[in-house]
This record gives sequence, structure tokens and C-alpha cells, in this order.
Amino acid sequence: MRAFLRLAALALLLGTVAWWFLAGRNSGWTKNQVGVWHVEELTGIQYVTYEKRFVPGVDLLVLSGGMALVLGAGSFLVRRN
Amino acid sequence: MKTALLPRCLLFPLVMAAAHAAEQTFDFKDPKGVNQVRFTLDAPLESISGNANGVSGTLTIDPEKPEATKGKIVIEAKTLSVENAMMKEHMQGADWLDVAKNPTVTFTVTGLTGYKMEGDKATATVKGKFSLKGVEKEITVPASVTLLKGRLGDRTGGQMQGDLLVLRTEFTIKRSDYGVNPKAPSDKVSEEVVVSLAIAGSCPK
Repeated sequence: MRAFLRLAALALLLGTVAWWFLAGRNSGWTKNQVGVWHVEELTGIQYVTYEKRFVPGVDLLVLSGGMALVLGAGSFLVRRN
Repeated sequence: MKTALLPRCLLFPLVMAAAHAAEQTFDFKDPKGVNQVRFTLDAPLESISGNANGVSGTLTIDPEKPEATKGKIVIEAKTLSVENAMMKEHMQGADWLDVAKNPTVTFTVTGLTGYKMEGDKATATVKGKFSLKGVEKEITVPASVTLLKGRLGDRTGGQMQGDLLVLRTEFTIKRSDYGVNPKAPSDKVSEEVVVSLAIAGSCPK
């Protein structure tokens, strides 16, 4: 059980870091829609449309780090078999 | 005597119409969603910025009397959007913009000063009343307008002919002046909000 909790903590942490890295290493908040800039040629006005896309941010990294810490700490409370 | 008065009565509206011939009213209704207002607040992790595309209103300009420019720009508060769903919910909630009670943000133009014309582009300082979350304040903002004569047809695919006017401005307001979450600490989210506007209005002929 101890080993399982520690492995789960490690998998959660590494999985989230890998997901964050592959999703574009967003150093801001998690986004559930992404702004795409356009320019209307005639007027030169720049405007944004939103695309539905989930981009994990550093808040998600912190959350998964916290959960991994809880799992890891919890493993020390479980008795050895 | 009566016959002499009659032509004058007819002449008066004609003279008045001629006097206002140069006056044009531009409508900012935009079904394409190009007209937008952008706002930006500084915050420690990253700047918080978003856009609103629910822009409408009109602006009446007389190039011969630019100081008499009048109009109103209306922004539908519920169209304000950011990239984070929770942030959007907070922003539209009671502490921040309270869009349920205050559905619009408006800027009423009352006049212009320092009008300078260079080709088709003019710059000026716009005087007006900015209303946000039920609080109205007089402000002056720098603005530029570009007149695209006869280009409305290019924007509407030939469905309408007329002129286009592009209005741009950027100004800063203090959120506490308008009761926008004054309790939020300024080291977490800045007190100043930068508002940028770039919109095109049409005047069909």
C-alpha cells in the first residue's frame, strides 16, 4: 500500500508535468478557451475570437504537486505489511 | 404678403438641410464581431485581459464643426470574456462588474477638443461620460478617427454603399472609482484598468 501511494504520487506529478509541457508550457493561469487574434484588412482592426481548448497552467501544476505531496505523506501513515 | 412668406417657409428647411449636409452619423452595430473593447489589468502571474464584442451605438460628426461631435458607445457587459472560465464568472459576478444589475457599459461623447486632421485621419481629445457598474464619471480620452470614404461596400460585400469610420482610443480608469471590487488588494490585481477600443462604424448612403 505504501509503495502504491508513492507510485501514484509520482505518476500524478510526472503525468501533470508532461501534460503541461506538451500542451505548450503555459506559464499563466489554466485556460479553457484560447484567444486567436485576427486583423480585418480593410479597417486594420485587430480582434479576438475564442477557440474552445483546454490549456493547463501553473495553477494546475501547483494543484497536482499538492495532491502528490498529500499522497506521498499519506504513504508514511500507512503501516508496512 | 402671404405669397412672399411661402417661399421663405420652403427655403428654411432646405437651408438647414444644406447646413447639415456634411454631418454624418456612423452606426457601430457589427454582426461580424470585429468591433471589440479590450481591457487589461496587471496581476503577478500574468496580466488579466479580455474582450467584449457586444458593441453598438452611434457617433455623429460634422467635419466643419468637429467640436460638436456627439454620440454614445454601448458595450454589452455579458459579452466580456477571458480565457479562464472561473475568472470570467468572477468578473461578471456581483463583486466585479455585476452584469445582472448593470448590463451595459457606456461612453457618451459630449464633445471634442484639440481636433487635428491629417489626410483621412483625425486625432482629438474626446470629452464624455463613462458609465460602469452604475457609476458615471466625466473623462477625457485621446482618440483617433479614420474616415474610409465609400468603403462600406467592401465591408458588406456590396450589399450597402457608404462610408466607414474607424475609431480608436486607449485610456486608463481606476476600478475603485467605479466600485469594481475595491476590496481586491492592488498587489494581487492592479487598481488601474487599461481600456482599448477599436471599432468601425458605417454610414450608408
